[in-house]
Amino acid sequence: MSFAENPSEFPVKVDLEKCIADKGCTICVDVCPLDVLRIDPATGKAHMKYDECWYCLPCELDCPTKAITVSIPYLLR
Amino acid sequence: MSHIDDADAVYDADVLVIGGGTAGPLAAYKAKAANPALKVVLLEKANVKRSGAIAIGMDGLNNAVIPGFASPEQYVREITIANDGIVYQKALLAYAERSFDMICELDRWGVKFLKDENGDYDVKKVHHLGTYVLPMPEGGSVKKILYRQLRKAQVLISNRFMATRLLTAKDGRIAGAIAVNSRSAELLVIRAKAVILAAGAAGRLGLPASGYLWGTYENPANSGDGYAMAFHAGAELTNLECFQINPLIKDYNGPACAYVGGPFGAYTANSRGERFIESDYWSGQMMLEFYRELQSGSGPVFLKFDHLAPETIAEVEGILHKVERPSRGQFHAGRGTDYRRDMVEMHISEIGFCSGHSASGVWVDEFARTTVDGLYAAGDMASVPHNYMLGAFVNGAIAGEHAAGYAREVDLADCDPAQIEAERARTRAPLRNEKGLPANQVEYKIRRFVNDYLQPPKSPRKYEIAQKRFAEIRADLQSLVARDAHELMRALEVHSILDCAEMAAAASLYRKESRWGLYHYRLDYPDRNDADWFCHVQLYKDAKGGIACRKRAVDPYVVPVEATERDAYNRLRIEARS
Repeated sequence: MSFAENPSEFPVKVDLEKCIADKGCTICVDVCPLDVLRIDPATGKAHMKYDECWYCLPCELDCPTKAITVSIPYLLR
Repeated sequence: MSHIDDADAVYDADVLVIGGGTAGPLAAYKAKAANPALKVVLLEKANVKRSGAIAIGMDGLNNAVIPGFASPEQYVREITIANDGIVYQKALLAYAERSFDMICELDRWGVKFLKDENGDYDVKKVHHLGTYVLPMPEGGSVKKILYRQLRKAQVLISNRFMATRLLTAKDGRIAGAIAVNSRSAELLVIRAKAVILAAGAAGRLGLPASGYLWGTYENPANSGDGYAMAFHAGAELTNLECFQINPLIKDYNGPACAYVGGPFGAYTANSRGERFIESDYWSGQMMLEFYRELQSGSGPVFLKFDHLAPETIAEVEGILHKVERPSRGQFHAGRGTDYRRDMVEMHISEIGFCSGHSASGVWVDEFARTTVDGLYAAGDMASVPHNYMLGAFVNGAIAGEHAAGYAREVDLADCDPAQIEAERARTRAPLRNEKGLPANQVEYKIRRFVNDYLQPPKSPRKYEIAQKRFAEIRADLQSLVARDAHELMRALEVHSILDCAEMAAAASLYRKESRWGLYHYRLDYPDRNDADWFCHVQLYKDAKGGIACRKRAVDPYVVPVEATERDAYNRLRIEARS
């Protein structure tokens, strides 16, 4: 595979202290219309895997522990 | 609730609904309500809890036909005029006649609508002629309420399945669909007696001015798959040259939103803070005046709140920063924009297909039937113009009920194994390719060309160049690479986006006149030509698999429109006073 890595600032940030994905919670992953969130096997916490964000906020609003902050993507803000 | 677990298998259903956003849930619910014995399956690319154009709710109904404020006939007349006469009125009337009953049903389900001190619906005027806007306080809960009804009705919901192609039988009628799981890449073949397409707008057609692929006006999950699937199944599409172009907050690319602000006294203004249009209701004619103002010395264009009382602004913020696009407040804060002090800079959106606001869609009649037997369409991708959220609900309901009746009358059609094999090969190719092109780059290139060449005003030479570029990119599709199921979904979406781009070009070149204001403004034919073009343009797949167009006469009106009213939407500009 010969793909370059292009850095980009991820709009979805997860507070690892607050995230309870390691206890089985997958709400943010479930509600993302673009399906860009996953549970990171290394940390057991949610993270943004694909930079495809509509800044629509279900992940932030539906998170039971308020662990998620969505920023407006840099190109727009 | 039951889920389908045995993916990569063949599954039988009576009614298959593709798309669980707005129209889809109502279609599935009403099909099940019409006949609880039916097996009704609802496929959703995301998760029905938060999907489609109203994933995060909606601030109001933009086309409520409520006794005392408007009659169905008045509404049909308004939209006929707003859409420059090119409407199939029977479908508009079917919507309008059921609009109020649907509001009452949603009210019973727990959707909150604005009411006055007497408990009557508090409808606001936004349209040019009539009064149709009903605010929804707490509109963020709409999807949750729909989801509850789907569970009660025992609709079989299958999330994270992206339908990619419809299956048809030898006689042309619908036989089912093929879907790919966006997490596992498993293939699912669903045989169905009736299929309802409710896959939303083609929202990833143009590229937002920000350059960010996902910063679209529409929910970017709505990538035009429904338009592409209908085309490949042999259905006719219509009015595709009547693009969706909307006035939006610059860069943020969401509505500002004049439908909410207008009734409180906000309005669209030029750089001097002056009104230049009579009505903020979205129409092609309005967008043309907006475009002209943007291009003039009076531009740019703003939404003006700063003359309103602080408590009024607080109320408006309470709606705009909570529902539909709730990150609006964060965006304004980041730029130091305060409605109390600053006007909000506006721009025009990228182009798309969406009958919710314009008229481009899969052709449907008053029963939501497409031209393929057993195939229905509803919501933003069906051809009922200006139908918004309530139209998606009502037309979804109409589709669900009719499909339930149809499914009772027919047997499952035989699937064509060759269709299934061809689709298996197409959907597997990006996973098999080890070298090639990532979907995001191919998508960026298509959408940049859409902006460069298809964005109105339309010039035929530019359109022909676009067609050449699109043909080159079509050859590139074979080189798409996907490293996982998610990237496969994106690669398959790119196929839909390219199909839509080619359809947009073909339909626009076919209609040799200008109509619908900015939506179809041709530089080589700048005037409307009713003598030759008072008709629909039907687009369909020809015998060789290419795109063909033909004229379809406008059916005789069931609601007459007076000659004096016909051009009301062409008189939106406020003339400069001396």
